Amino acid sequence: MNQKNGKYFYWGFLLPCLLAISLVIVVPLLYGIYTSFTDSDGFNMTFIGLENYIRLFQDSQFTQSLWFTIRFAVVSVLGVNAIGLTLALLVTQKVGKTALFFRTAFFMPNLIGGIILGFIWQFIFVRAFQGVAQATGIEFFSGWLADSTTGFWALVLVFLWQMSGYIMIIYIAFLSNIPAELQEAAKVDGANSWQSFWRIKFPMLAPAFTISLFLTLANAFKVYDLNLALTNGAPFGSTEMVAMNIYNTAFFQYRQGFAQAKGIVFLLLVAAVSLTQVYLTRRKEVDL
Amino acid sequence: MSSSTKWHKTLVIVLGLVLSVSWLYPFIIVLLGSFKTRSEIFTNTLFLPEEPTTENYPRAYENLDFAQSFLNSLFITVVSILVIVVFSSMAAYALSRNKSKFSSAIYFFCAIIMLVPFQSVMIPLVSLFGSVGMLNRIGLIFMNLGFASSMSIFLYYGALRSIPQTLDEAAFLDGANPFQIFWRVIFPILKPTTVTVIILNAIRIWNDYLLPSLVINRDGMYTIPLQMYYFFGEYTIQWELALAGLMLAIIPIIILYIFLQKYIVEGVTEGATKQ
Repeated sequence: MNQKNGKYFYWGFLLPCLLAISLVIVVPLLYGIYTSFTDSDGFNMTFIGLENYIRLFQDSQFTQSLWFTIRFAVVSVLGVNAIGLTLALLVTQKVGKTALFFRTAFFMPNLIGGIILGFIWQFIFVRAFQGVAQATGIEFFSGWLADSTTGFWALVLVFLWQMSGYIMIIYIAFLSNIPAELQEAAKVDGANSWQSFWRIKFPMLAPAFTISLFLTLANAFKVYDLNLALTNGAPFGSTEMVAMNIYNTAFFQYRQGFAQAKGIVFLLLVAAVSLTQVYLTRRKEVDL
Repeated sequence: MSSSTKWHKTLVIVLGLVLSVSWLYPFIIVLLGSFKTRSEIFTNTLFLPEEPTTENYPRAYENLDFAQSFLNSLFITVVSILVIVVFSSMAAYALSRNKSKFSSAIYFFCAIIMLVPFQSVMIPLVSLFGSVGMLNRIGLIFMNLGFASSMSIFLYYGALRSIPQTLDEAAFLDGANPFQIFWRVIFPILKPTTVTVIILNAIRIWNDYLLPSLVINRDGMYTIPLQMYYFFGEYTIQWELALAGLMLAIIPIIILYIFLQKYIVEGVTEGATKQ
């Protein structure tokens, strides 16, 4: 009974998840690959071969969104990791219970969804910045969401604010795993805190960099909620990121075949960037 | 030496306080604004209200249909998590105890699936589920299971590897079947992982906007993020209502965070580092 029953249980245990993953991700993905070769508008579809993929790179709104997203991802990844690591170093200083309060504060934005954070910051940029501009007469603070350059930095700023606390948590986990004897030994050898950071902590943090870069890259590429609530692509689609461009093509213009082709290109891009990054940082980890 | 340590400590505390208060300042501005009248929000955006009013809250509560959307969010989150915990822990158990080529293929497949962005599957997902009449709450819960499975299976699998198989065998000799072995013996040991899985999925599902907007976009079913989106579109000119509404959406999360902080921080750390 054992063998046969064992198989029975094995499949019984696996089935619900396999079914859900298949029906929610695998089947739609396969059907989506097919859709991307058609002119589907959601109701009718004819096979048109590679046409969507050729037209996609002539779609200036898409290429602009793509470029905007890539710039956003690069700036965000650098910023989030620099800020996250700095905050982690700050809150791991031995100053007692107060450090716990700092940690709580920095992590807080990460628990609140992009839609709500986006609206909060819409108020800050539209009203509070305006208030500062009026009070001080400094032009810099007015109309942040009305311009594509400041709109870009507004999105970056909110994303940094949201993600840095999360990445901080990861760095804290790795920092607290560094054996205290190592730092003691460095101190005895006369290293100052600057040296002890670069020579001891920094190399020991290599696996944390791999994880943090991976998480920030993936998250930065896929931003949608924040984009929707903060700028909704304004002015004139200039702050529209790829995820939003795909959504709008599919559900506002009803060009689902075309949108799906963008979705597939997006998948290839995200997968390629993530895998390359993991490969490169893993190799670096060995070197250090 | 000790005076320099003292200096260092003071410096860290002052710097930390300044930074963390400015970090929370966006929330503080919204909180202060929610007690101001419409005209005061324009004349005094940044500071304490001069004539505080609580009038905004009942109006926002009513316009947001807050009780309804809160319950809708709670229902979707709780049921989804229940389903995710039950099925992903079972799947991970099967994979960890049956070391066949097929099991490792499934495991590898789960890793690959995690790279697929939502936007690459959302269009066919909506049209396929729509064609069989599943754009409803049950459909949404099933989709949440699909999107959460890979990560949850990974977390459980990692924990299961450190539970010795002799434990299973002992229970088996006592006459328990695999179902009983798992639920009576193994699952209770997985409690810390279960906490992690619950927290990570709760944060994601509670805050999710895009998926519910595609699947349950109907009056009466709105979750908080969905309701907030429509509410904000209508009331941006009435900032005092919008701010009170935002506070209503944030307060439950902050209260929960204060009480469960330890678990949340641990859960998020585990989720990020153990994958």
